[in-house]
Amino acid sequence: MARKTPEINSSSTADIAFLLLLYFLMTSTMNQDSGLQRRLPPMPDKNQKVEDQKVNRRNIITVKINSQDLLFAGNEPTDVRFLKDKIKEFLTNPTDNPSLPEKQEIDIEGFGKCMVSKGVISLQNDKGTSYKAYIQVQNELVKAVNEIRDEFAMAHYGKVYASLPEEKQQIVRKAVPQNISEAEPKDVGGSKR
Amino acid sequence: MPAISTSSLPDIVFMLLFFFMVTTSMRTTENKVIVKLPEASEIAKLERKDLASYINIGPPTLQLQAQYGTDARIQLNDSFKTVDDIRDFIAAERDAMSESDRQFMTVSIKADEDVRMGIITDVKQELRRCSALKIMYTARKAE
Repeated sequence: MARKTPEINSSSTADIAFLLLLYFLMTSTMNQDSGLQRRLPPMPDKNQKVEDQKVNRRNIITVKINSQDLLFAGNEPTDVRFLKDKIKEFLTNPTDNPSLPEKQEIDIEGFGKCMVSKGVISLQNDKGTSYKAYIQVQNELVKAVNEIRDEFAMAHYGKVYASLPEEKQQIVRKAVPQNISEAEPKDVGGSKR
Repeated sequence: MPAISTSSLPDIVFMLLFFFMVTTSMRTTENKVIVKLPEASEIAKLERKDLASYINIGPPTLQLQAQYGTDARIQLNDSFKTVDDIRDFIAAERDAMSESDRQFMTVSIKADEDVRMGIITDVKQELRRCSALKIMYTARKAE
């Protein structure tokens, strides 16, 4: 009693699958999440007495953005375009200028002794500062550090930082630390409230 | 000349389809705020997307402006919240993660470029209080 079942015509499955595929292609957003990654300082303990961290004045550069998005770096007004070079000069201190940060010899595992700058960038903003200006400044600060890292990597390994293997990147990170402190909220002034 | 057999074509397409279905994540929350991300050139990609929590900050969308005004607001999950709700939000997000992953949790701040820093600073302070210290300022790649 074998009845011959007619085969289902499957030539259109491809079309159906294509339609589904296109639907998913259209609706899905391949949004890549990217941005500037930061680590916030932990909240100071209430029971702990606030100790004034005596950081040498020469080791700190204060970058302020006021409510008109005007920029001050080390107490003088500048423009975002010049900020990077200023920060680079601050962090590398090529001429051992006594008003720029001191360097400390640190023994880095797998590399040896190396002079590491003790400079810290302190970023302050006002309530009225626009987020755009803030990110722009953050970006310039990161750019300055990244360029110094690249120079360091170029000088010692002959490659840019990004193309180094992980353990060497770690060494470079230790030799050129990214010390950006986002201070406690403080009004820099010029805000209209 | 025999015609090329197309019988395996559906299989190939289905493979592609499954690839896209698995790799894409459907948008689960609806944006209630307008966010035009600021531009930056030194951005780094977020390594583990599943460990990220999102805080959207910006003016409400046009349909909602009649109700909520145009002032920048914070959106957590699906609704407008205030800075005080961040604590519960972070706690809930933490609970949803496995114990070993909690230390890697990143809070991604998606804020509109015209937002004032006052609100961002408040959010940052609240995050510090909840000890969610790993944050990311989401930004677009500058051309």
